[in-house]
Amino acid sequence: MNIIVCIKQVPNVTKVQWDENGSLIRSGLPTIINPVDKNAIEAALQLKEKHGGKVTVLSMGPSQVESALREALCMGVDEVIQLSDRKFAGADTWATSYTIGVAIKKIGDFDLVITGVEAMDGNTAQVGPQIAEYLNLPLLSYALGIDVNDGKVRIKQKLGDVLRVIEASLPALITVEKEINEYRVTPIDKVVEAFDKEIPVWGVDDIPADVVHLGLKGSPTKLRKVYSPKLEKGQVEMLQGTPEEVARQLVDKLNAKFLI
Amino acid sequence: MADKADLTKYKGVWVFAEQHDGKLAKISLELLGKGRDLADKLGVQVTSIILGKSVKKLAADLIAFGADRVLVAEHPELAEYRTELYTKIICEQAQLDKPEILIIGASPIGRDLTPRVSFRLNTGCTADCTELDIDLDERILVSTRPAFGGNVMATILCPEHRPQMSTVRPGVFPVPERDASRTGEITEITVVIDPADVNVTVVESSKSKKHGADIQDAVKIVSVGMGASDEVSFAAIQEIAELIGAEVGGTRPCVERVLIDHGVQIGQTGKNVRPELYMACGISGAVQHTTGISNAKYVVAINKDPNAEIFKFANVGIAGDAKQILRAIVKEIKALQK
Repeated sequence: MNIIVCIKQVPNVTKVQWDENGSLIRSGLPTIINPVDKNAIEAALQLKEKHGGKVTVLSMGPSQVESALREALCMGVDEVIQLSDRKFAGADTWATSYTIGVAIKKIGDFDLVITGVEAMDGNTAQVGPQIAEYLNLPLLSYALGIDVNDGKVRIKQKLGDVLRVIEASLPALITVEKEINEYRVTPIDKVVEAFDKEIPVWGVDDIPADVVHLGLKGSPTKLRKVYSPKLEKGQVEMLQGTPEEVARQLVDKLNAKFLI
Repeated sequence: MADKADLTKYKGVWVFAEQHDGKLAKISLELLGKGRDLADKLGVQVTSIILGKSVKKLAADLIAFGADRVLVAEHPELAEYRTELYTKIICEQAQLDKPEILIIGASPIGRDLTPRVSFRLNTGCTADCTELDIDLDERILVSTRPAFGGNVMATILCPEHRPQMSTVRPGVFPVPERDASRTGEITEITVVIDPADVNVTVVESSKSKKHGADIQDAVKIVSVGMGASDEVSFAAIQEIAELIGAEVGGTRPCVERVLIDHGVQIGQTGKNVRPELYMACGISGAVQHTTGISNAKYVVAINKDPNAEIFKFANVGIAGDAKQILRAIVKEIKALQK
């Protein structure tokens, strides 16, 4: 059973900066693997342990994505592939999904693609479902559990306040929720191995992609501007006095406004 | 692939109407209100598309809440939401009808469905918007969404592809007035389902009993932050909520400490709320939280730090020890209600 896991490297910051084109300045920021993508790796490793096969992790991004892929190797995945090219830069979810989809087609031999539900920087939750569309795979989203049996995959799905069990034939694409598992800590013997391993980097010439659909130019959505959220409320009235006094003032106010 | 569209061929605003077991989801009404607003600015019609097993009866409601046209797709196979079946029907109709805008709720179903639809239609989609407007000079949809955990707002356009798609977070826009006198056209779509399109089977489906499903609809919310997460303060918060008929919500750290359920978490990674009264107890006012309360009508903030950000969002503030103040409020409310 061959599984491809798509991961994203995200900045681990609360204050972010943008350049004049509205693109995120990624250089110099500490980065991590998007946490729920580690749950995706873990889910793949558990399936491999049960059914055999191979786990390949794919990530698109600038050169520092290598460190995320090394971390994935540390977790015990078999192969990693880095998608890096200046022409990929500035991609929106459409162009990102297209690029990753083309790369997965090139890898070819797979039974499952697993991603995290969403990345903690963009929070769009679009790339997993869009890769499924590009590859014409059934989408099994919001997974809390995965079972593979006899060429079929079944997931427990958290669709808001509805819990479902849904099933599809392999191959399929699954997006996982963080509740699906606790991802493993790196086994020490994997660390040395992970740092010796050569990581293949695929650029625009290595995948059969149509250049017009890549990167910023291939993205249907365009960023117009980025700004800090404005404070909408006006002057606050601060109540003064002992706890009993302020409590009375507040309760009187709320009562006068028919709020209690 | 994402080839540029001939923009002149696309007209009208489409609203996807989500329903659960034959009942319209509230987000559908919120979207109709906003869709009406956008369509009026453009001088075009609002078309609502609804899919399900027996949903034609809902068409009149969609018109009363703002639609000029309703497209109804009924089929027993559509009883349970399934990504590919919905995608196929919506995309086929959108390719025929050529709307310039398509808005969908950023609900669990909407967030599963929309990316697939937008990819198939070779167009862009802005996810989880909190503002939608029309730039009349360019006749273009202007979508705004929080990103990076609500630290920044990004305004996004889809200038050369159609329809311009956005998903909208539930609870952001108000439900419009129901106007039973409105009239509109109802069209039934002929649904033919090829067994080859049925790739996903729903084996089981059950509503989870988790409370907090209704926090978005709550009229009053008493909310807990880490500054009021001690036993005494939290007990007082629960008592206040009980006394005034409010729901208890809170911040993400309180969810992580299992004080409250994720279903009642308010903010960027939780729910957006629009209550008449919002009482923020021991909440500092990090932007991740305050993005979720920007539609609250009357905000009361209690926090020990008089410079806390939360006071910038509040109508009334109390700087002081949450424990003492909350207990005093319980007493005052009880005295009042006697």
